[in-house]
Amino acid sequence: MSDIPPTMPEHRAGFAISGVPHAEGLAMTILEIGDGNALTMIPYAEHLIGDPETRVIHGGVVTSLLDNACGIAVTSKIKRFGAIATLDLRIDYMKPAMPDQPIHAFCECYRVTRSIAFVRGIAFHTDRSDPIAACTAAFMLNTAAKREAKP
Amino acid sequence: MTPAEILKAANLAGTKPDLSALVASIPYARYLGIQVDRKGTEITTVLPFARHLIGNPVLPALHGGVVGGFLETTAMLQAIFEVGGAEMPRPVDINIDYLRSGRPIDTFARAVITKQGRRVINIHAHAWQDEHDRPIATLRGHLLLPEG
Repeated sequence: MSDIPPTMPEHRAGFAISGVPHAEGLAMTILEIGDGNALTMIPYAEHLIGDPETRVIHGGVVTSLLDNACGIAVTSKIKRFGAIATLDLRIDYMKPAMPDQPIHAFCECYRVTRSIAFVRGIAFHTDRSDPIAACTAAFMLNTAAKREAKP
Repeated sequence: MTPAEILKAANLAGTKPDLSALVASIPYARYLGIQVDRKGTEITTVLPFARHLIGNPVLPALHGGVVGGFLETTAMLQAIFEVGGAEMPRPVDINIDYLRSGRPIDTFARAVITKQGRRVINIHAHAWQDEHDRPIATLRGHLLLPEG
């Protein structure tokens, strides 16, 4: 991982993501990172609540977690950072998240073409077969290269 | 007041819920800093730029999850405003298209109910920054209405 540009935060297993303000705000942590997949986690926190009566986490938090985990899965596959953009993201909400429990996301980039990466993932508490939400996403690759090419 | 208390109060009074109070009663919406600009029945949500919303520090650009959560909240507020009820609707699925990178400036959004069924609402929302005709993201989703 020596070819990482110094401007982007390094993605390392066992560390909270730093340098990405919103991921920091959610205390998002990478637990495992492989060749095209990533397991991330956010701890339960009061400012992430969507419904104060049930203390269930807001759907938007799950969206942020899955979007970020999908992005990490893509960068782990293409071995480059900072040059991808989400094209679309679909999320199916299966059940509300339980209060006081961390939420995990496992995302895998299962196909990469010259310009597009395809990713799928799930969010869950402890059991991957009992998901909170599932997602599919497509990412545009090499967006930074095109941006830099412009005068 | 909690969201449920705000909705109950509106139901009792036979008025539309106070969307600004509603959005302020949701911790994550408050953390993002979402505001509501209501002119009659026209609702625009506002997401003032703040550093903690950034997802790509190099560009810099808003986090995709922030834009998604903002659109989702906009859709929920529009649904509760039009449909009423004592509970917030629940998202079943959402589909977000990212059209342009969210620049580090204020973002706005509106939602339109495409079809209201007995249990499920189909809703579309779009977000823009300085030009309304240049959306940065759109959302299509289904919301489940509480039973009863």
